[in-house]
Amino acid sequence: MTRRHRSMQRPACRRPEPAERSEAIKQSEANKQEEASLNDLVEVRAGIYHDSVSLMRVSQALAALPGVAVAIVAMATELNVGLARDAGFAVPPATPGDLLVAIRAASDEAVREAAAELERRLAAREAAGTGPREDRPPRTTRSAVRAAARSAAGEATVALVSVPGEYAFLEAADAVEAGVSVMIFSDNVPVEQEILLKDRAREKGVLVMGPDCGTAVIGGAGLGFANVLRPGPVGVVAASGTGAQQVTSLLDLAGVGVSHLLGVGGRDLSAEVGGRSAIQALRALDADPATELIVLVSKPPAPEVARAVRDLGLGTKVVTALLGPGQDDLTAAVEKVLGALGREAPEWPSWPAPAGAAGEEARGGEGGPLRGLYSGGTLCAEAAIIAGTGEFTDFGDDAYTRGRAHPMIDPALRLEALDAAESGVVLLDVVLGHGADPDPSARLAPAVARACGRGVAVVVALIGTDGDPQGLGGQAARLNEAGAAVFTSNAAAARHARDLATATRPSPGPQMGAL
Amino acid sequence: MNSLTLSMLGREPHVITTGTALLGEALDQQAVPRTGVDWRPPVPGTAAALAAALADPRRERANATAVGRMVSARPRLVGVRPARDVLGLEPGTFLHAGPPITWERASGPMRGALIGAMLFEGLASTPEDAEERLAAGSGVTLDSCHHHRTVGPMAGVVSPSMWMLEVADAEHGGTAYCSLNEGLGKVLRYGAYGPEVIDRLRWMGGVLGPALQAALDRSGPLDLRTLVAQALQMGDELHNRNRAATSLMVRELAPAVVEAAPEHAAEVLRFINGNDHFFLNAGMAAAKVSADAARDVPGSSLVVAMARNGTDFGIQVSGLGDRWFTGPAGVPDGLYLGAYGPGDANPDIGDSTITETTGLGGFAMAAAPAIVRFVGGDVADAVAATTSMYEITLAEHPAYQIPGLGFRGTPVGVDVTLVARTGTLPVVNTGIAGRVAGTGQVGAGLVSPPMEAFTAALAALTEA
Repeated sequence: MTRRHRSMQRPACRRPEPAERSEAIKQSEANKQEEASLNDLVEVRAGIYHDSVSLMRVSQALAALPGVAVAIVAMATELNVGLARDAGFAVPPATPGDLLVAIRAASDEAVREAAAELERRLAAREAAGTGPREDRPPRTTRSAVRAAARSAAGEATVALVSVPGEYAFLEAADAVEAGVSVMIFSDNVPVEQEILLKDRAREKGVLVMGPDCGTAVIGGAGLGFANVLRPGPVGVVAASGTGAQQVTSLLDLAGVGVSHLLGVGGRDLSAEVGGRSAIQALRALDADPATELIVLVSKPPAPEVARAVRDLGLGTKVVTALLGPGQDDLTAAVEKVLGALGREAPEWPSWPAPAGAAGEEARGGEGGPLRGLYSGGTLCAEAAIIAGTGEFTDFGDDAYTRGRAHPMIDPALRLEALDAAESGVVLLDVVLGHGADPDPSARLAPAVARACGRGVAVVVALIGTDGDPQGLGGQAARLNEAGAAVFTSNAAAARHARDLATATRPSPGPQMGAL
Repeated sequence: MNSLTLSMLGREPHVITTGTALLGEALDQQAVPRTGVDWRPPVPGTAAALAAALADPRRERANATAVGRMVSARPRLVGVRPARDVLGLEPGTFLHAGPPITWERASGPMRGALIGAMLFEGLASTPEDAEERLAAGSGVTLDSCHHHRTVGPMAGVVSPSMWMLEVADAEHGGTAYCSLNEGLGKVLRYGAYGPEVIDRLRWMGGVLGPALQAALDRSGPLDLRTLVAQALQMGDELHNRNRAATSLMVRELAPAVVEAAPEHAAEVLRFINGNDHFFLNAGMAAAKVSADAARDVPGSSLVVAMARNGTDFGIQVSGLGDRWFTGPAGVPDGLYLGAYGPGDANPDIGDSTITETTGLGGFAMAAAPAIVRFVGGDVADAVAATTSMYEITLAEHPAYQIPGLGFRGTPVGVDVTLVARTGTLPVVNTGIAGRVAGTGQVGAGLVSPPMEAFTAALAALTEA
């Protein structure tokens, strides 16, 4: 269900064949094996649980130790056990409730050191979860709602659920039952469960944001992947996470702040879900004194849903930013919002590729294949439509994120793809904000420089604000110095990449931005 | 259409984070107050049943109704009368603790208690004779106490001539029964059936029972809800420690016992005073009548009985009628008396887990620091045990409070869905019976129920 829906939303973005991906992994493991004489440590530990992102960070840290060729520290799901076996580890029988440790290093000593580092990191995680025995953290969202009510900070205002999709309903149902709004970051939640939760939420007067809701900003708190936005008069209801991040980041760059950003999940405005949460969110923002104008970011809703939204009779003006062929791009939609507020659209900041260092000189203006390597699904779809050519891949798609973290956190697969580009143009997005990679340019800029050195033109859509913890200006400068043309508007980045790929001569570079 | 206000928009944020640690850390970086959940996947194989159970539109209201009845029950001790009168037991019918069991599957203490009851009822002349008749099954009927509004500690054997505490629920009108406590040492409930055991049962039926009945006739019903609430604040958890409750009970009954049965008052009061667990049976009947008030609410996942017969540990669930869901009874982990050790222990036995079913016993350990070492732990363990039970229970008891936790109500009302979600099993305090019939008590400790009883009930809920 999710997949069909997503492919409608992102028509031109390619999804990987499973065989292709595991082949790629096998290949990279095989390469590593050649470097090492085989010293394997394989363990299955019963009853130890850590979330996949935390374990991915541990694996990454172990893999970076000297002499370590492969480090897999993951819950022993079918997928992870399969990956470890594909990598040549002899994994004993295990259940998804067990922790799988598989380490291969050049020497026994390196294995021992990696194992010791693993213990340190797991112990640190354990310690973070346990205080005095009587103050152990709650085990369910239900119990946390009660604990919150007894805490100094007072009753919980919202729950953020990011457990694996098959369990998300349980935790979200707890929140709704307790009268607390919930954001479901998890994906792979069945649509029947989504509808049930949203119906219960309406009875309780709370909001269900999601599932597969990537971003929200509520009362100044950024949930999930969230840019740091100045407070202001624009309320946003979004069925697209990265779409909302693009819209609100551009508003922020134009000096316009946001009251609340309420995600509703990518399926909400479909005929099946019927805009249940979007309608709740629109009514809530309509009643919110801080909100003077509402932006609805969504792919075109099902006709009956569009009608229901129109018939709400809201007192607050609603501007829609619809995604898809034949619609304004997101940047143009933001400009409409600015117009509705009586403000002029600024020149969106951008940084042209430095002369000489960039690929366009080396290619001698011959154009070449365009590859879009995206982490944001909506941004990928928008760029693909604007470019009208090339091969676009959404690395945030479920097919790439099973068993590993979202590309906004873990860039490894995208970096591999960038390193594989030998010619032409590569267009990619970098999304800043809380929750995202704390310094994306640290690993990306060297890869950009290598690509440019091979004659590849690199174009970056940099989605973020001056307030983001990574720093918009600094990230832009480092990517730009490495040879990339950098745009804060994804649409502008896509046009530039298209021009590079299709023009017989290099197109005029983008304007130097205001930053 | 009306406008809708969402309280979260107008308030300072306080976020609950369940799942990926990174997203919680992102909030910490923004200095947003949050309460993190130490989330782990549910018991393997339960995901689909849990989703179905939580999707049941009846569940939320059904559980509120069921647990509301459990905690609002007002149990009162109204009488002490023979089982044949109050339960209509026919000669040869014996009730026992736990889910139903046959002689073939019965453990040592259960067999010993049944032999003793045969002797007590005059249905056999010798233990060997009793054993033969029980094994042949001729003229003998066994049934679970729980099927007769009754509970019994350890073997829990009830025969027609035994005198029963009668507890009535002044709120919902139910009635429940429990036998009189025989004291420690060689006693029927631990499977002893020697002459001193039978003699004591005769005295209890001839003197103790009638004296207590006469006393209650004079004093009127004894309010057990208030008594339990007070005892909790005096260091009892009402399963393995009943010293305060027994003392309070004696204080309430003594004048009436003296007035009603002056010729037996001294021996009756001496007997009660000599047994710190005398109140346990009254407390169990109070718990039973409270749990029964919560039965038969369609869609409710509340546990209304936990009981062991020395072979199986069984539970019953409000929304699932009288069905038992069982698994093997475990051997308790605890301290042993004298030279006894784990090899002498019988698997878990008795209906006294009705106390945990209603939020007492192991669930109220934090109230009873005096006995934490007896069940193998320290005060922090006791607090942790009680605290962890809030994770699997539906309510906090409005009357039963724990001073050491800031007078927080005890965790009450086990929800099978929460057991499966957290993998946390009810904490049960228990005495340990010797595995050989007639040995008596060999120790005390903690025991974990079998998880499969809870997951089987969960699976049944999705079909109910």
